[in-house]
Amino acid sequence: MGVKGEGQGSVILTQLEWLVNWGRKSSMWPLGFGLACCALEMIATAGGSRFDIARFGMEVFRPSPRQADLMIVAGTVSKKMLPAVLRLYEQMADPKWVIAMGACASTGGVFDTYAVVQGIDRYLPVDVYIPGCPPRPEALLHGILRLHDMVQKGIARGASLRG
Amino acid sequence: MSEEPKAVEKLQEKFPEAVKEVGEFRGQSWVVVPREDLLKVCEFLRDDPDLNFDFLSFVCGVDYFPREPRFEVVYQLYSTKTHSRFRLKTRVSSQDATVPSVTSIWPTADWHERETFDLMGINFQGHPDLRRILLPADWVGHPLRKDYPLRGPESIS
Ligand code: SF4
Repeated sequence: MGVKGEGQGSVILTQLEWLVNWGRKSSMWPLGFGLACCALEMIATAGGSRFDIARFGMEVFRPSPRQADLMIVAGTVSKKMLPAVLRLYEQMADPKWVIAMGACASTGGVFDTYAVVQGIDRYLPVDVYIPGCPPRPEALLHGILRLHDMVQKGIARGASLRG
Repeated sequence: MSEEPKAVEKLQEKFPEAVKEVGEFRGQSWVVVPREDLLKVCEFLRDDPDLNFDFLSFVCGVDYFPREPRFEVVYQLYSTKTHSRFRLKTRVSSQDATVPSVTSIWPTADWHERETFDLMGINFQGHPDLRRILLPADWVGHPLRKDYPLRGPESIS
């Protein structure tokens, strides 16, 4: 919210910001794409009634980056795949957030080799890191809820980068 | 997996000067031929009515760094008629890591040879389209070579 208020007005603006953030966190739509084994846990989280991500306003995994505002980097990012991942990120509309899911997306994981990006945070502003190889759906849900908290408080990195 | 010992005997009989080295490992025999004779040996193995190795399972490269000749190219053959398998090898040095392409004999060799070129740096002469197949097109070096740094060339500095 780039509008500056004075006196009483700022109170209203703060509350408006709260409302906007509440809207953003309550209907955050992830981009439906996966890169390696972690993606299967993400699919289980998203598609199954057992874990049911719809409880958090996220049931729609968008197939198009234009309609998504959360990128879950789920899996190993190879150097060959990196340009495609970055392009998807750039195609997403602001504000947008990034979760690095699993050891590979966070640090390269066990693949300390010539072909694998050693952590997607070298290229994208990551808001939440989820440890695990792979993280269980509960861990992914926990990470997403942490991100919701951060968005609600206005401290998520992806949004703050753009003011 | 049935093995055809007669393939080795037939090769020895037909190409006595080419079959230099014959070996066996766990009931599977292999033969090393010089690369100059590779194409005619392959053609014979495919066309001989008894052997009939009409399917090339895979081509791969092996790096025996620092031994010379450093590289070995391995051809694993299979016959859909007799259900037997056969392994053919040829050796090349690091100065001249070039072998003739067998795409004219088994078209499936196309992608296998591209992979071996991409990762091991073996040149296949006569290949119709010898480009990288797994790594990005602008990649430098051949990662499956034993002297390639594990984290890539940029890691040494
Ligand atoms: S962190 Fe583990 S499960 Fe996830 S993509 Fe890497 S290897 Fe696969």
